[in-house]
Amino acid sequence: MREPIANSRAVIIGAGVVGCAIFRRLAIAGLEPIMLEAASDILDGASKGNSALLHTGFDAPADSIELNCIQSGHREYLTIRGKLNLPLVESGALVVAWDEEQLAKLPAIVVKAHRNGVTDVTQIDRDELRKREPHLSERGLGAVYVPGEHIIDPWSAPLAYAHQGLAHGGKILRRCGVTGGAFDGVHWTLQTTLGEISAGVVINAAGNHGDLVEAINQPPAFAITPRKGQFVVFDKPASKLLHAIILPVPTERTKGVVVCRTAFGNLLVGPTAEDQQDRSRADVDRATLDLLIAKGVEMIPELADQPVNAIYAGLRPATQFKDYQIAVNRERHWITAAGIRSTGLTAALGIAQMIGRSFAETFGDVREAEPIWTPVPNLAEERPRQYMTEAGGDIVCHCELVTRGEIAAALEGPLPAGDLGGLKRRTRCMMGRCQGFYCSAQVLAMAEGRLQP
Amino acid sequence: MTSESDVLILGGGPAGLSCARALRGLGVHDVVLLERERALGGIPRHCGHLGFGLREFGKVYGGPDYAKRLADEASGADLRLRMSALKLEPGGLVRATGPSGPENFQAKAVVLAFGARETPRSARLISGGRPFGVMNTGALQQFVYLHSKCPFERPVVIGSELVAFSTLLTLRHAGLKPLAIIEENARITARQPGKWIARLGFGVPVLTNTRLTRILGDSRVTGIEIDRGFGPEQMECDGVILTGRFRPETALIAPSHVEIDPGTRGPAIDSYFRCSDHHYFAAGNVLRGIETAGQCWREGKAVAEMIVKRLENGLPARQPDARVTLQGPLAYVYPQRIYRDAPTSHPLLFKARVTREVRGRLSVVVDGSVVWSRRISALPERRIAWKLPAHDMRSCQQVSVELDAA
Repeated sequence: MREPIANSRAVIIGAGVVGCAIFRRLAIAGLEPIMLEAASDILDGASKGNSALLHTGFDAPADSIELNCIQSGHREYLTIRGKLNLPLVESGALVVAWDEEQLAKLPAIVVKAHRNGVTDVTQIDRDELRKREPHLSERGLGAVYVPGEHIIDPWSAPLAYAHQGLAHGGKILRRCGVTGGAFDGVHWTLQTTLGEISAGVVINAAGNHGDLVEAINQPPAFAITPRKGQFVVFDKPASKLLHAIILPVPTERTKGVVVCRTAFGNLLVGPTAEDQQDRSRADVDRATLDLLIAKGVEMIPELADQPVNAIYAGLRPATQFKDYQIAVNRERHWITAAGIRSTGLTAALGIAQMIGRSFAETFGDVREAEPIWTPVPNLAEERPRQYMTEAGGDIVCHCELVTRGEIAAALEGPLPAGDLGGLKRRTRCMMGRCQGFYCSAQVLAMAEGRLQP
Repeated sequence: MTSESDVLILGGGPAGLSCARALRGLGVHDVVLLERERALGGIPRHCGHLGFGLREFGKVYGGPDYAKRLADEASGADLRLRMSALKLEPGGLVRATGPSGPENFQAKAVVLAFGARETPRSARLISGGRPFGVMNTGALQQFVYLHSKCPFERPVVIGSELVAFSTLLTLRHAGLKPLAIIEENARITARQPGKWIARLGFGVPVLTNTRLTRILGDSRVTGIEIDRGFGPEQMECDGVILTGRFRPETALIAPSHVEIDPGTRGPAIDSYFRCSDHHYFAAGNVLRGIETAGQCWREGKAVAEMIVKRLENGLPARQPDARVTLQGPLAYVYPQRIYRDAPTSHPLLFKARVTREVRGRLSVVVDGSVVWSRRISALPERRIAWKLPAHDMRSCQQVSVELDAA
């Protein structure tokens, strides 16, 4: 019998935002968890392309796990973000009605929000909407104002969670894909691309691969159909055209196309909702991008003159069910956190709380430690960036103002960038309007030998 | 800390360096130039092939040697590397940062010489995944000439503006020949394509009337999808070089108070090369996207002459008398603002481009009278330039440039 390459009481499969938040929680609980990620870096799946919003749950299904996790996640984010140096753009959101039919639906949205406990939600009229958003198309007839919806940095937050988990004795194995596993009644032995790993409890946070990983334990009760969302990001001057997050009146299937600023000072339009079978490919498509731009211009006419900075697509792990698939299997030492769709960025901390509690109740022997805070470098426009400080003005990426020091730091430390995507998410280098025209050769020279191709 | 100087030049490429050199020749010595890169010279720095400097220095240089000569000739100015301008404030105050932290600069005249860059994949809205191996010529040249690396072996070249041939030379330097040159239009865009193809592109298929519709590959480029008019076809390759479609680098101008012209997408200027804030001048490719280094060099020099007048209080303090309006298939004309003392007090040199292939009559109409006109035959990628002869500009209330397609 071979020796396992690693073992832990808690092994998390998948290092997306949900995995990272669970990792953090279990690490603070003294479990020294191990998080396994098949890709070269964390946040390489569903978490790499979302709309970066901190939701209130005002429109989430009533009495759902999703609503519960969004609200506890939202609260915890606000509590810990200062200590982790995470941004918060307090934009608020407006659910805008563009025609009479939508206008008629607004009161029900307010009622639902209040029922969901988001009591500061109000309806505003056309004049108030115009006053708040002077660049918005005059076709807006009114809106529901949701003050608590905010904009955050979708990558620095989970990176900070991962770092905090590491500081508490957790371990992260990347390029470690799980291929199978067996349970002997006490322990799991997971087969991975790096070797065998022994686990007291397995936590499935495998995102778009959630049902495939679930099948290691039992025939999954859900099937994942990745839902693709394409986005268009406009250059920074466009962000002056908008204050709040502009949400559409929702339909049954999706929250619809959002227009909002980003924490990095851009303006984003998206996502679409396109079901597909492929679990990793997220292609953009010209016709859809044109449609998104047209939709953006329809809402904010001045966007027509604004240059596009970036285009991307993300995959959200949708299942046949509306709600998250969260379950604890006491006999099989298996916890499932699957089907976490577009709200996962907000809900992750809440899901982690829920799983942390379940773990303690079900499997016991948890010793909560005093948290060690691991602030991450700030990449958001609203807080001081490194280039603004006395120390570091040696800029390599001119569009996003990323310094040599920031890039060097992201290539080192306990969780260095694993590939170019990871380096971009940690620093924003090559993510600006020139998309690497000026800096890509220099960035890659700095990263030489340190990144997976 | 705020440093004061007579002139502050932002950008150390051909336009900025030429301006610095010319200012010194004209007796202006208090000149600071900020360059954000680690070396002076701008784009020619990584154009490792010949073709620079004939008009300026009477000798043909390779890009890096040309860049070096430009830098040497500008050495009288205070040339500061790794200094990034961050914000343009009214009245010639520029906020910047560098290795020793933030620094402010206040000048009587600030020259915007930021240059231009190619349109990247994202802004071209090309379908497909995001594999590694898609880049602009500018990035490729830095890989090959500055870092001695080539990121692929069998790339395709998209576009056929002059820069595409610079791409071919760069690839040849790396020992590579592209699989194809792909051009949307029916003909090659660059001038004298026959000559270029014979010299450089021998054996490289040029696919005209062909659109790049999709980039294929997960982590690395594995191919592209093209459309030649009869549906999608796949083509294997391991890299895609997106050439041309240069845009002025206006990252600092767009969020500032300085007005941008929707036609050129660069700062709107008057016939003295001044921007809407008279403390700011502009020269080189930031004015309109790509022209040759030699052209930028001449503009840098012309701006220096205007700055000397400015320092002697010889330029009108009032706002321009007329805005130039366009009629017909014109993409842009600059200068966009005119004074009625032009062109008697200074040369009034117009530059323009058309939006499509066109033959017709181009006229300058001042207050309802045609003051100049000429028959032209023009292509969108080629510059049209003309000098307005000395002429009474009348009250100069309305100036329009009109192109009547024949």
